Amino acid sequence: MATIKADKVLPLYRDMLRIRGFEGKATKLYEQGVLPGFLHSSVGQEAVPVGVSAHLNKDDYITSNHRGHGHVLAKGMDPVRMFAELYARTTGYNRGRGGSMHIMDFSLGIVGANGIVGAGVPIAAGAGLSFQVRQTQQVAVSYFGDGAVNSGAFHEGMNLAAIWSLPVVFVCENNFYAESVPQAYASRVGIAERAAAYGIPGVMVDGNDLFAVYDAAKTAIERARAGEGPTLLECQTFRWSGHFVGDPGVYRSKEEVEEWKLKDPVPRVRTWLESHGVKAGELDALEAEVVQEMDSAAERGAEGPKPDPSTATQDVYAPEGVAQA
Amino acid sequence: MRQILMREALREALFEEMRRDDRVVVFGEDIADPMGGSYKVTLGLSTEFGPLRVRNTPISEAAIVGAAVGAAITGLRPVAEIMYMDFLGISMDQLVNQAAKIRFMSGGQVSVPLVIRCQGGPGRASAAQHAQMLEAWFAHVPGLQIVMPSNPADGKALLKAAIRSDNPVIFFEYNGLYNVRGDVPEPEEDVVEPIGVAKVAREGSDITIVAWAGMTRMALQAAEQLQEEDGVQAEVVDLRTVSPWDKETVLRSFSKTKAMVVAHQAVRQGGVGAEIAATVYEEMLDQVDVEIGRVGAKFSPTPFAPELETQIVPGKAEIVQAVRDVLSRTARAVRR
Repeated sequence: MATIKADKVLPLYRDMLRIRGFEGKATKLYEQGVLPGFLHSSVGQEAVPVGVSAHLNKDDYITSNHRGHGHVLAKGMDPVRMFAELYARTTGYNRGRGGSMHIMDFSLGIVGANGIVGAGVPIAAGAGLSFQVRQTQQVAVSYFGDGAVNSGAFHEGMNLAAIWSLPVVFVCENNFYAESVPQAYASRVGIAERAAAYGIPGVMVDGNDLFAVYDAAKTAIERARAGEGPTLLECQTFRWSGHFVGDPGVYRSKEEVEEWKLKDPVPRVRTWLESHGVKAGELDALEAEVVQEMDSAAERGAEGPKPDPSTATQDVYAPEGVAQA
Repeated sequence: MRQILMREALREALFEEMRRDDRVVVFGEDIADPMGGSYKVTLGLSTEFGPLRVRNTPISEAAIVGAAVGAAITGLRPVAEIMYMDFLGISMDQLVNQAAKIRFMSGGQVSVPLVIRCQGGPGRASAAQHAQMLEAWFAHVPGLQIVMPSNPADGKALLKAAIRSDNPVIFFEYNGLYNVRGDVPEPEEDVVEPIGVAKVAREGSDITIVAWAGMTRMALQAAEQLQEEDGVQAEVVDLRTVSPWDKETVLRSFSKTKAMVVAHQAVRQGGVGAEIAATVYEEMLDQVDVEIGRVGAKFSPTPFAPELETQIVPGKAEIVQAVRDVLSRTARAVRR
């Protein structure tokens, strides 16, 4: 809140609305049974990727996880091609080979959502290594949940990034449940506290407060860009849906979910905008526009062709000879 | 031609590729000077190329391979070392779910040009956690390439090919070969052998022996013994790349000899030999009476005691015996 300028907030608000709109539309389609596979919704967590991505350039990289629609939208993905991928069409980002859980666009620095919890942490360290060796100003952001922090890959990747001072920011979306297991059960310490074990800054913020995320991410990303090494940023937030769309979430009380809905990150920004002179009518129009954008994106995504069955084993291996040139 | 050791040949490949391409970086446990690697293959690299491109790592196998994946998909050509083949289990997710699949899952957007070098294998009383041959684990994974050279010239030429490859390569160095000396072309010749292509290491007309890495040497020795003692002319096919493997060369040799033994140091059950034998059966059954023998380790972890280890892991004697068994079955089949 302290560092952001008022005219910058409206586009970020729009980004949050677009994530919510995308997730809402995808959930509806999934419940209608028109999307194959499974789906993980990030509704409730929108402030985190928007606050982080506000400081990222196109050539910065992110690793994402199974709940990645927000991360990739905030990094610049086109919802039409995202929906096409969710529909498993050749016009999708991965030509229908990856789906929601593996969505990638290397031209936007999105090296992939990932179906393996924690796997993106060392991969982000490797991207950071790449920037350090080539002496660019790029940074890598690794998004993961509270479940990932108890994996070996998390520990090894954090430590490697720390000892080599790699330009990486580790963003933990602590939504307090690793599928069904509460975070307090799975660990004796807070997540940001773990940074001390690697000798790097650990920062905990209210992940439902766009301005808090924005400020903390700014500091962490600037630090990484300056060659001062990684930061662990814990953003406390909550997913409104179950672990996957269709999960009734029997492990959480109704009261807990309702309490978190009162801390909805989206209206908090709207209130701020209204108090800074943006007209309610303008915000209503923006909200309606985003709903329409996502309806249309889903429609256009569904229009893409299904893959030709004879192409099933394409791209297992790269054609050789390229590197020899 | 000059003769150098396998470990020197591999080291030359690393030096030459690092000089040739500044995207090549090398990291792993104990690989930097003055240690220069547990088996000295990387000796001198960190001194010539500096700490930006050549780095020791903590004992973090998942991060070593994970960082190699991240570096490979963002523009570097990492050559990461996992000290023992047996330690690959710790990095399995990064190898199997990440390195092998990113190209495919992305719909062909990106390649994963990394090399994981690791060594190991039986024969040195290293016991059950430092002596396994695990190529079959990785041959089961589409997207990986498994290279297993048997001599210094191939070691060098194939490591250079692995570093230049756009696909992830697991490069297995059988420990028992490090001090083997062989002809290796001069560095100026820049010899690169293609991945996925086997080589006929010895010509013969009576039976084909398919082998790789350390077992190729034993197959060549077995072939000499068979010639002397039985008058049998064995052809030895050095597979060199275990996955994707060179079906064409193996089938061509089998078409000529009409008998085959596949030999590896890895456990026989579920081994790569089973895949090769089954493929030859499928392809050749209509054409000839197919006689195939398999040689592999007994279904047991590797024991520490040297006299027990030799009971588990096969060598020249087991290859000779398998050839004799196959040829006697062939003779019976001919009489039928």
